[in-house]
Amino acid sequence: MSDNAVDVGRRRFLTGTTAVIGGLGAATASVPFIASFQPSAKAKAIGAPVAVDIGKLEPGQRITQKWRGQPVWIVRRTPAMLEALKAEDEGNLRDPSSQESDQPTFAVNPWRSSREEYLILVGLCTHLGCSPSFVPEPGGETLGESWIGGFFCPCHGSKFDLAGRVFKGVPAPKNLIVPPYRFETDTRVIIGENEGGAS
Amino acid sequence: MNVVVKQLTGLRDWVDDRFPLLQLWNDHMGRYYAPKNFNFWYYFGALSIVVLAIQIVTGIWLTMNYKPDAELAFASVEYIMRDVEWGWLIRYMHSTGASAFFIVVYLHMFRALLYGSYQKPRELLWVLGMFTYLALMAEAFLGYLLPWGQMSFWGAQVIISLFGAIPFIGDTLSLWIRGDFVVSDITLNRFFSLHVIAVPLAIVGLVFLHIIALHEVGSNNPDGVEIKKKKGEDGIPLDGIPFHPYYTVKDSVGVIVFLIFFAGVVFFAPEFGGWFLEANNFVPANSLVTPEHIVPVWYFTPFYAILRAVPDKLIGVLLMGAATNILFLLPWLDRSPVKSIRYRGPIFKTALTLFVISFVSLGYLGTQNPTVLMTWMARGFSVIYFGFFILMPFYSKMDSTKPVPDRVTD
Repeated sequence: MSDNAVDVGRRRFLTGTTAVIGGLGAATASVPFIASFQPSAKAKAIGAPVAVDIGKLEPGQRITQKWRGQPVWIVRRTPAMLEALKAEDEGNLRDPSSQESDQPTFAVNPWRSSREEYLILVGLCTHLGCSPSFVPEPGGETLGESWIGGFFCPCHGSKFDLAGRVFKGVPAPKNLIVPPYRFETDTRVIIGENEGGAS
Repeated sequence: MNVVVKQLTGLRDWVDDRFPLLQLWNDHMGRYYAPKNFNFWYYFGALSIVVLAIQIVTGIWLTMNYKPDAELAFASVEYIMRDVEWGWLIRYMHSTGASAFFIVVYLHMFRALLYGSYQKPRELLWVLGMFTYLALMAEAFLGYLLPWGQMSFWGAQVIISLFGAIPFIGDTLSLWIRGDFVVSDITLNRFFSLHVIAVPLAIVGLVFLHIIALHEVGSNNPDGVEIKKKKGEDGIPLDGIPFHPYYTVKDSVGVIVFLIFFAGVVFFAPEFGGWFLEANNFVPANSLVTPEHIVPVWYFTPFYAILRAVPDKLIGVLLMGAATNILFLLPWLDRSPVKSIRYRGPIFKTALTLFVISFVSLGYLGTQNPTVLMTWMARGFSVIYFGFFILMPFYSKMDSTKPVPDRVTD
C-alpha cells in the first residue's frame, strides 16, 4: 500500500462517527433550550391554595376566585336549581356520571360537589379554555326553550348544566373540572386542598 | 461631474472585484427576464415585500417603547398611542400592516390558483411560499398577544389550547408553549421574543429562498406559457423583458396606489370597523372573564369557522390544521395539463369559484355567533373547501382544456 492511497472505508468510518458524535452533541446542546420553555420555579410556586369566605354568598349567586391564575367559580345553588338538576334527562349529557371527567373523588356524583348546595368549578371550558358565561335562568333568546340553566361558552358554543356537566352535540369533550377543595368551616372554603389535606 | 462619475465607477469596480455585485444585480434585476404579459395580479408579490418592510421598520420603532410585561404592556401601548411623538402613526401603520399583509398574501396566493403558478416546475417555489404563509400566521398570532387586551389574552388561550387536543402529549405541549398553567406574563414575554426576533428572521429567510427559487425556475404568467421554451438567438426568451427597468417601474406604480389605500386606512379608519383592531382589545386582559363575543382577526376566521363547525375537539383541531396544510399538496393534486385558467374548462372554473365563495363565507361565519343555522352553514362550506382539494385530482384531469399557445398572448 503506497503512502498516497486513500483508504475510503476508513475515511467513511471517520466521517460517519464524527457526524454521529457531532449530532449527539448538537441534540444534547438543544436540551437546555427546549427545557427552558418549561414553567419556571416561580411559575410553579404560585400554585398555593387560597381561602375564600363564602358567608355572604346568597342562593343563586356565583363568585369568581383566582387560583393558579385560573378563574374558580363558587355557585350557591338554590333548591329549585337542585330540583332541576335531579329532573334532568341524562340522555342529553355526554358524561352524566363523570367517568371521563376530572374531579376529586368526592365530586363523582350527579351534583359534582361535596355539599349539594355549593358547586365549585374551574371556570375554563374543557374545549379550548375560554371562560363560559353563567346563565342560570332557563330559556332565553340565544339559548332557546330547551335551556335549563347552566354555563354557556361564548367562544365555540359549548353548554354545561348547573353541575358543570357537558351536553351532547357541543365541542367540549368533558365536564368542567372540579378543583381540589375543602370546607374549613361552613363559611370558609380552601381551594387547592382536598378534604383530608393532600392537594 | 466626470470626476465624480469616474470615482463612483471606480468604487463599484473595486467592490465588484471583491463581491459579485454586478452578477447579483444582473441575475435578479437587470437580466432577469420576466414574461412581458404580467397583469394586475402580479403586483401582490412585490407588495408583500413592501408590507414586510413596513412591518419591520414600524416594529423596530414600536419595540423602543413597548414593555413586554403583563403589568405594563397594555399601558405601554396606550403610552405609544398618546404620549410618544408620532407613536400613534407608527402603531397604526403596524396594526394596519398586519391586515394588509394578509390581504396581499391572500391575493398573491389566489393569483397562483388562477394561473397554476404552483405547477411543475414551480412546486418548491409554492412550498416555500406556503412555509412563509405559515410563518406569517405564527407571527400575526404572536404579535396579537402583545397589546395584552382581552382579545389578545383569550385568543392566545384558545389557540394554545388547540395543541392540548393532541392525544397524550397535548397538555404537556400546551404547558410548554405557555410556560405557565395559564397565559401569563411568562407567555407574553416569550411571545414578544418570538415575535420580534425568531419568526421575522425565519420570514426574511423564507422570502429570500422563495425569490431565489423563483429566479431559478422563472416567473409564470397569465397564459401559463413557459417563456424559456422560445428563446431568441441571443439566448433571451422572446417573451421576456428585463425585470429592471420594466417591472421595477410598473411595480412602483402599484406600490404608490397601494400606499394611497394603506394611508387612507391608517389615517381615517385604523380600526376598520373592528376588523383590523377589535373593540374588546381596548379592554385590558382579564384572566377571569372571557368577552361575550370572541373572534380572531379576520384573516384567521375561515379556519376558526371550520374548527367551530366540528362537534369534536380533536377532529375540529385536526381539520383546522388540515385546512391550511392541504395547500402544500396543491402542486400534486392538480392533474390538469394546462396551467392558466384561461385554457381550463368549466369544471375547474366552477370549482375555483365555489372555493372562493366557501373561503369568504367561512371567513364571515367565523366572525358570527355560533347559532345552529350558522354552524350548519359552516359545515356545508367546510365540505366545499375540502372538496376543492380532495376532488382536484379527479376533476382537474377530466376537465376539458383549450389549446395553449406557443407564445404569450398580450
